[in-house]
Amino acid sequence: METFDLLMQGFSIALEPLNLALVIFGCALGLFIGAMPGLGSVNGVAILLPMTFLVPPTGAIIFLAAIYYGAMYGGAISSIMLGIPGASTAVATTFDGRPLALAGKADQALITAAGASFIGGTISVVLFTLFAPPLAEVALAFGAAEEFALMMLAFATFIGLGGDDIPKTLFSIFIGLVLSAVGLDIISGEPRLIFGDLPGFFHGINFLVLAIGIYGIGEMLWTIESSHGGVKVSQASFSIRRIATHLKGLKHSLKASLMGSFLGYFVGILPAAGATPGSIMAYGMAKTMSKDPDSFGKGNIEGVAAPESANNAASTGSMLPMLTLGIPGSPTTAILLGGMVIWGLEPGPMLFVEHQSFVWGLIASLYVANLFAMLINLAFIPAFIGVLRMPFTILAPIIFVLCLVGGYAPTQNMHDVWLILIFGIVGYLMRKLDYPLAPAVLAIVLGPLAETSMRQALLMSDGNLMIFIERPISGPIMGSAVVLFLLPLLKLFRKSRVPASD
Amino acid sequence: MRRAELLMALVLGAFSAYLMVKSAELPIGWIPDEGPGGGAFPFWLAFGMLLCCVWIVARWVRRKSPPSRSTEPYLAVTTRSTIIRVIVALTLMIGAIHIIGIYLSIPLFLLYYLRVMGGHRWPLSVAVSVITPVVSFFFFEIALRITLPKGYTEPLFYPLYDIFM
Repeated sequence: METFDLLMQGFSIALEPLNLALVIFGCALGLFIGAMPGLGSVNGVAILLPMTFLVPPTGAIIFLAAIYYGAMYGGAISSIMLGIPGASTAVATTFDGRPLALAGKADQALITAAGASFIGGTISVVLFTLFAPPLAEVALAFGAAEEFALMMLAFATFIGLGGDDIPKTLFSIFIGLVLSAVGLDIISGEPRLIFGDLPGFFHGINFLVLAIGIYGIGEMLWTIESSHGGVKVSQASFSIRRIATHLKGLKHSLKASLMGSFLGYFVGILPAAGATPGSIMAYGMAKTMSKDPDSFGKGNIEGVAAPESANNAASTGSMLPMLTLGIPGSPTTAILLGGMVIWGLEPGPMLFVEHQSFVWGLIASLYVANLFAMLINLAFIPAFIGVLRMPFTILAPIIFVLCLVGGYAPTQNMHDVWLILIFGIVGYLMRKLDYPLAPAVLAIVLGPLAETSMRQALLMSDGNLMIFIERPISGPIMGSAVVLFLLPLLKLFRKSRVPASD
Repeated sequence: MRRAELLMALVLGAFSAYLMVKSAELPIGWIPDEGPGGGAFPFWLAFGMLLCCVWIVARWVRRKSPPSRSTEPYLAVTTRSTIIRVIVALTLMIGAIHIIGIYLSIPLFLLYYLRVMGGHRWPLSVAVSVITPVVSFFFFEIALRITLPKGYTEPLFYPLYDIFM
């Protein structure tokens, strides 16, 4: 019952006029960002984080969480209407959403997507409310060794579950960690890695510089290249009666939505997995569970409901380790975590003790955001379809300007603006060669924490690496990290042995 | 694509080696009662980067990774010029901020992008180019009290400061 009381207190914060306005505005903006092809939650949060310095920290994080939520709803719009995923999280929605739109059932697909997202969001927020306090309590017992082991586990999931080229994933993790080490050494206070003796490197490389570079400039370059051909917007007709019929029709896809919600939530908790693989897995599950698997890919409404409920559930799921353990569950939550550190709200178990009202205000705002995202989505579907017709040559330059001005604002140093440009271009060139970049963003956020906890743990054990394995909680975590590291390697060896024996 | 894959791995490998040398400026070994030296963390990570690059090159030689098998050009001919123009325009804009300030370079960049690259009509191009910096001014300078760089155009803003601050 204590949880319930705390949640009610949270609602009193989330429903304050300013916070409520921020939730509604954030949802609308998130829907817009999600609907634009090429922009997803991570881009929106990275580019808009500097703008939130206008409001108090609680309001700012509520606003960003609302954008995160809205973008998950919005991604479906361009998946269905254009056949291009509005964000990577909505890739699976195109499989059946596009055929439905081509068959003249765009309205049914859009409304099912909104309804399924709402189901996914609601179930996952309830699960979040139940899981978070006990997990935070357990995490209170964690020391430096456990912290470091958890971070190793986070990185290991990228290797074991990321599915990308292994040496390139590892490289991305390493470079993110090295970039986080630039500046003054945390323990001795000596300057290190000051390239070319530029004074701008003394305050280190802010995670936002890398995030805006990769998810702002780099993403725009990527979209300019990939969207070169024309796109065709499908037609959709709407009336109150049809909306009501389709909302009633939601019960036919309820099973798929429920399955997607639970699967998405648990996949979302894993650092490397998040909403994109969560929604694809949910699609696959829905297909195997269905009585009529052959209709998938040709316009089965369950093929829209499952991934859409899963990606919303996963976005909530990825907040769980971020808030309770201080380990982000997705690139978007990594940026949120970095933002919270700027505002002096260090995520982790202590947050639940020291900033109780903030935590519960944020959780309650997720309930509110979920409701408003659905209402705004349903009410303004025609407006968001209009957004898709906006030429990219207007949007792209404005986003470029926003990236540069936003990148300048936190430190007010032109040095950072140049770095954003360099990271953007290099990130774009690396992405073309299949280098995954999300691990680097996660690494630069976790880097300072990883280094401190590793050095503290080694100090305690006087240089004995066994400390990470011997301690009762750290040991099993480290063990699972090692298994995840080795998993793909084993696969590699088996693959290379098979052709040799032929 | 195949050549780009090798080139990228070599450049990143060289960068890793440079990072190792740079990290070694601080002690990288064990300091009694202090733990690992300040350079140890980045040094060993940069060493890891270098190993990854060697690994990537090894996979390139054996044509294991998709880009090392691809025969497509790294930058498609159809989009290459657009990408290069965008990058050049961005670089020029950031460079110009140092001299003519943000409130002149942003409109010039927007005007170029919208009118020349986007082929939009003059009224729309001018409107976007004027509204964006005006909104930025009110948001950053007035609401957030963050002064954006103005270069040699700083004196032009004195009257505005008098009115709003």
